[in-house]
Amino acid sequence: MLLKELTMRLVTFILKRALHSVFVLLGLSVVIFSISRVLPGDPARMAVGARAPQWVVDNLRAQMHLDEPLYVQYGYWLVDALQGKFGISLVTRREVAEDIKEFFPATLELALFAGILMGGFGILLGTISARHKDKWIDNVVRVLSYLGVVTPAFVFAIIFMLVFGYWLKWLPTIGRLSEGLTRPPVITGLMTVDALLAGDPVVFWDALKHLVLPAIALAMGGLAQEARITRATMSDNLTKDYIAAERALGIPERVIMGKYLLKPSLIPTASILGLDFAGTLSSAFLVELIFNWPGISRYGINAMLRKDLNAIAAVILVLGVVFIVVNIVVDIVVARLDPRIRLSAERSE
Amino acid sequence: MTGATGSWASGQQGESKPVALADWRELERRSRRENVGRAWYKFSRNPLSVAGLAIVLAIVFLAVFAPYVTPYPHHAGPFTDFANAKLPPNPRYLFGTDTIGRDILTRVIFGFQDALLMGIVVLALVVPPGVLLGLIAGYSQGTWIDTVIMRITDIFLAVPPLILALAIASVLKPNLMNSMMAVSLMWWPWYTRLVYGLTSQLRNEYFVKSAETLGASKAHILFREILPNCVSPIFTKMSLDMGWVILIGSSLSFVGLGVQPPKPGLGTMVADGARYLPDQWWIPVFPALGIVVIVLGFNLLGDGLRDLLAAEEV
Repeated sequence: MLLKELTMRLVTFILKRALHSVFVLLGLSVVIFSISRVLPGDPARMAVGARAPQWVVDNLRAQMHLDEPLYVQYGYWLVDALQGKFGISLVTRREVAEDIKEFFPATLELALFAGILMGGFGILLGTISARHKDKWIDNVVRVLSYLGVVTPAFVFAIIFMLVFGYWLKWLPTIGRLSEGLTRPPVITGLMTVDALLAGDPVVFWDALKHLVLPAIALAMGGLAQEARITRATMSDNLTKDYIAAERALGIPERVIMGKYLLKPSLIPTASILGLDFAGTLSSAFLVELIFNWPGISRYGINAMLRKDLNAIAAVILVLGVVFIVVNIVVDIVVARLDPRIRLSAERSE
Repeated sequence: MTGATGSWASGQQGESKPVALADWRELERRSRRENVGRAWYKFSRNPLSVAGLAIVLAIVFLAVFAPYVTPYPHHAGPFTDFANAKLPPNPRYLFGTDTIGRDILTRVIFGFQDALLMGIVVLALVVPPGVLLGLIAGYSQGTWIDTVIMRITDIFLAVPPLILALAIASVLKPNLMNSMMAVSLMWWPWYTRLVYGLTSQLRNEYFVKSAETLGASKAHILFREILPNCVSPIFTKMSLDMGWVILIGSSLSFVGLGVQPPKPGLGTMVADGARYLPDQWWIPVFPALGIVVIVLGFNLLGDGLRDLLAAEEV
C-alpha cells in the first residue's frame, strides 16, 4: 500500500520534470532555429554557394519555405525536426539523421567510460582524502584535484597524448580501432560492447585501448570535482554526532565507513556527477578533434566550420535532449538517495 | 523588572556627549580603513589566495607591458625566421620557437592580452543585464515576470555554454569580437540565477519590508536596499568566471572561431601546435600551460574572495 503510494508520487514527480523539460526543449528549439536560420543571412544562398545562379537560389528558397514569415518557417522546421528530418548535410551529402545515428554512439561510448572513471576514482580519492584528513596524502589529493578542476580537457588531451601515446608508447592516440582490424557488426554502436557481443577479444582489447586516453582526458575535470565534493561532505559528516554514536555502540568501523557514512556523503556527489557526465559532451568537442575520434562532436565541429546549418541544428538539438534527460535522471536519483528531499516532496503534495 | 528598567533608563540618559557630525564621519572613515585592513589580513593568511592574486597581477602586468617585457616583441605578428624555426627550448628562446621561427614565450605573453580582453569584455557585457534581470525576477517572485525571465534562463542553462557559443560563433564571421558576443549571449543567465536566489531571500528581510512600508520606490528598493547586499557573491563569481570565460574563449579560438592569425591566440597556438606532436611538443604545450595558469590564478583568487566575503552562494 505504502509502496504503491510512493511509486505514484515518484511518477508525478517525473511527469512534472518531464513537462518542464518539454518546455525547455521547445525554447531551445527556438534558439537553435534562430541560430541556423536568422543569424547567417540567406540559408538558401549558403546552401548552394556563392556561384550558383539566382534561379537555383529562388527555387531552394521556395522549397525551404523561406518566402513565408519566420514563425511559419519555424513551424515547418519543428515538425520536420520532431520526425528526425533535419535535411541533407553539406559535409557528408547524406541525411543528417543518418550521420547522427552513425556518430553519436562513439561519443556516447566515450562519455560513458569517462563517467565511470569520474564516479569510481573521484569517490575513491575523495574517501581516502577525507579519512586521512590533513595528512600528506590528503594534501596531495587536494592539490591534484584543484589542478584537475582548472585544467581544460583539451590540455589534458594534449599532455596525455604526448606522454602516454608518443613518449611511453603505451596507448594508441588516433581513432577507435587500429588499422587492419575489422570493426564488429554494429549492434549497439559502442565498439567495445559490439566486440564483446561478437566474441572477439582482440578487437575488444584494441577498442578499449583506443578508448582510454580520450576518456581519461575527458574525465579528469569531473574526477577532480567529484573527489573535492566527496572529501568535503564526507569530512563534514565524519564530525556528526551520529557517527560518534555508532562508534560508541561498537558498530565496526568498516560498516560505519562503507554504509552509514558513504550513503549520505554521496548525495552532493551524485548530483554533480550527473552534470559532469553531461559536461563531457561539451568538452568532447575539442577532445574528439585532438584524438580524431569519429563522434558527434567532431562531426558537429566540422559542420560548424563549413557552416553546415542543418547538421549544426541537429547536433545541438540531440545534445540538448541528452542533457535534459541526464538532468531528470540525476534529480530522480538524488531524490531517491536523500530522504529529506523525498519526504519534503511527499509532504508538499 | 523594575531594576532592569532603571538600568535601561540610566543607559539611555547616559552622560556621553553627542558626537559632532565631523567626528562621526571621521569615525566612519577610520572604521572603514580598519575593515579593509582586517580583510587584507584575513586574505593574506591564506597562502593560496595570495598566490592567486600574485598570478593574476603578474598576468595583467605582462599583458599590459607585453611590448616592453617580451624578448622579441616583433614576433607577435606575421614575422618569419626559418633559420631559427622549430627550435626546442633553449637559453635564447626559453619556450622554443614555432614552425616559422617565432619565439613562443613572446607569443604566449601577447596571447594574454586577448585572453584578458575577452574576459573583461564578456563580463562587462553580461553582468549588468544578468544582475538586473535577476533583481527584477527575484523581487517579483511568483508573478508572470518571474516566470518569463526564469524560464528563459532555464533554456539557456539547459545546454553547456560552449556548445551554443560554438554554434553562434560559427554562423558569424570568425573573429575575436564575434566570439565575445557568442560567449556573452550564453553567460548572462548564470548571474540572473545567482541574483534571483539572493533577491528572493532578501525581499523578506526587515530592512526591505520597512523600506516598502515607508513607501520607497521600486528602484530604490532594488538598487539601494537589495543590490548592495548581493555585491559580494557577484564579485566572487566574476573573479571565478574570468578564468572560465577565458577558457571558453580559448576553446573557440582552438577551433578557429576566435582570435585570428597572425595574432597570437592561446587556443589557436595549441590547436596549430597539436599537429606537430610529438616532435615539436613545446609548440602546443607552453600555450596550453598559459591557459592553465590563467584559469588557476583567477580560481585561487575567487576562492580567496569567497572565503573573505563569506559568499557561499557562488
